Amino acid sequence: MLRLEKRPSPSKLWNYATPVVAVLLTMIAGGILFMALGKNPFEAIKLIFWDPLFSEQFASYSRPQLLIKAGPLILIAVGLSVGFRAGIWNIGAEGQYIIGALCAAAVALAFYPAESWLVFPLMIIAGAAGGWAWAMVPAILKTRFNTNEILVSLLMVYIAEKLLAAAATGFMRNPQGSGFPGSRNIHNYASASNQELIANTGMHWGVVAALIAVIFTYVLLQRHILGFHVQLAGQAPRAARFAGVAPARLVLMCLGLSGAFAGMAGMFEVAGPARLITIDFNAGYGFTAIIVAFLGRLHPVGIVLAGLLLALTYIGGELAQFMLNLPAAAIQVFQGMLLFFLLALDVLSNYRVRLSFPSRSSEVV
Amino acid sequence: MDFGSINPVILIASLMVAATPILLAAIGELVVEKAGVLNLGVEGMMITGAVAGFAVAVTTQNPYLGMLAAIVAGALVSMLFAVLTQILMANQVASGLALTLFGLGFSALLGQSYVGIVPPRTPKLDFGPLTDLPVVGPILFNHDILVYVSIALVAAVWYWLNYSRGGRVLRAVGENHDSAHALGYKVTRVRILSIAFGGACAGLGGAYLSLVRVPQWTEGMTAGAGWIALALVVFASWRPWRALAGAYLFGGIMVLQLNLQAAGFRIPVEYLAMSPYIITILVLVIMSSNRARRSMAAPGSLGRSFHAAG
Repeated sequence: MLRLEKRPSPSKLWNYATPVVAVLLTMIAGGILFMALGKNPFEAIKLIFWDPLFSEQFASYSRPQLLIKAGPLILIAVGLSVGFRAGIWNIGAEGQYIIGALCAAAVALAFYPAESWLVFPLMIIAGAAGGWAWAMVPAILKTRFNTNEILVSLLMVYIAEKLLAAAATGFMRNPQGSGFPGSRNIHNYASASNQELIANTGMHWGVVAALIAVIFTYVLLQRHILGFHVQLAGQAPRAARFAGVAPARLVLMCLGLSGAFAGMAGMFEVAGPARLITIDFNAGYGFTAIIVAFLGRLHPVGIVLAGLLLALTYIGGELAQFMLNLPAAAIQVFQGMLLFFLLALDVLSNYRVRLSFPSRSSEVV
Repeated sequence: MDFGSINPVILIASLMVAATPILLAAIGELVVEKAGVLNLGVEGMMITGAVAGFAVAVTTQNPYLGMLAAIVAGALVSMLFAVLTQILMANQVASGLALTLFGLGFSALLGQSYVGIVPPRTPKLDFGPLTDLPVVGPILFNHDILVYVSIALVAAVWYWLNYSRGGRVLRAVGENHDSAHALGYKVTRVRILSIAFGGACAGLGGAYLSLVRVPQWTEGMTAGAGWIALALVVFASWRPWRALAGAYLFGGIMVLQLNLQAAGFRIPVEYLAMSPYIITILVLVIMSSNRARRSMAAPGSLGRSFHAAG
């Protein structure tokens, strides 16, 4: 019979190996799924993971998309990872992303059509502040009233979505848009526009911000006392108290940081790739970022790699939709499966699998 | 606007319909949490049930077969969570989230060919002349079977948890899994069965949405109902009858909000549509603020993994 035996400390080897194995297993399971949908699995997998980067036909369009999609995913995920390490679950990044975009758009529209170099930095501040404020609702309710931050942060997503709809059809609607829902095109407003920095690379200010956030978080976690407190609170909450970690301050810090990062991601998106506020502005980055954070093992460097990989599934998914008529939801299932496999395989880093017999026991792993 | 167009009797009758999906999901989750497991995948299980129930009901033209399929589908998909958390010892919060993300995608994939189809009608139970009674008739005797099933389920869960041996074992497992294990109870088996029950209830709740309440299939149609059901369990302090009261309160708010929209209330529709979520948060705050009471009510081992040493 198979038996699990807890390891004294998680296996280093499996910690690095599980994401890779999980991706491979997802490819196999995904191939079976695509086969069930009547598609050629090898063609579909190649279209999703290979063609966006290397095919002559698509790469010129797809390659820049990689950074455009990975930017917000990495920026949001790296913020979430700090909280996840401390056992503080912000799963409402999608809402904070929307509010960040709305606040940034509000600043841009308030200054329109005045041109000044001040507008763009102000929008970044507004976006971060908006996301931060939206995350402060679950944070303050948690610290003051002991309310579950998981439920509140998630419910706030639905409120944000309604607010987005109200903005797109009501108070932010383009006065010159002949009654169509949606705001003015912020991307075309020079002072507020988040332009591509190097032509045909997809590199925009949001990607730069994501890289700065990655470095910032790395330093925070590795070199700062706060990072130490985060690790401690996650691994040994009781010990953390004795070490002088204030749980309330940690909740405010973790939720605030992830909210501000998500809000900034929303800001760069609305001023750049999305171009304007629309009803369906949010594309699920806030939820996919949760998968990115786990796939990257909650480590800043891992998150960069995981963000690029999930960005690839988005682009490849669109390509497969276009070329093979693969349903859009198939990619969502694919991403969900990835998280399942990842969580399932984690057992190998925390436990030893042993084969045991009633009379004698022998080691297999 | 015209408040006169809102009829209180019809309001009460329709709030019972609006409350039934979240009540079904909440009573299932209540049992799961009583066994010490926090399954955040309610939304995913509900929407899986919604699409499975819809597909089978449309194919067979029988709503009851659809509901049966939803129960099976909900229980099956919950087994993904059970395997992850009970056998592979994965984190419950992350696994629940994974179940929700997976369920939303999976249901959208399955439901593609069912968008825009009208499901077979679920008949209301025939109470003969009782239905024509003033006030009482429309409220009590003019519903489909699931409204009564959901109430019966609350009663059954209440009785079973408090007065049966099995229910006491389940609560023991949820309060302190190490002691329960020492007494010889099968912690993992009890928990897996509870998760299956929770999945079945959530699936049925989802099918009620797609077959009766809406009735139609659209992507992501549960729109947070699973999360409201999770909040409802906290609101109910893990007590079945309070879950019923809470569900009807939420049902009332949802129906009132829709009525205000229809009556042309001078607030944009989007702000009215926020109200169920805002009120859910407010209720969570009120219920959670009393620390002493909350820690008394919550099962002791809630959300903790159990691994038998040796």
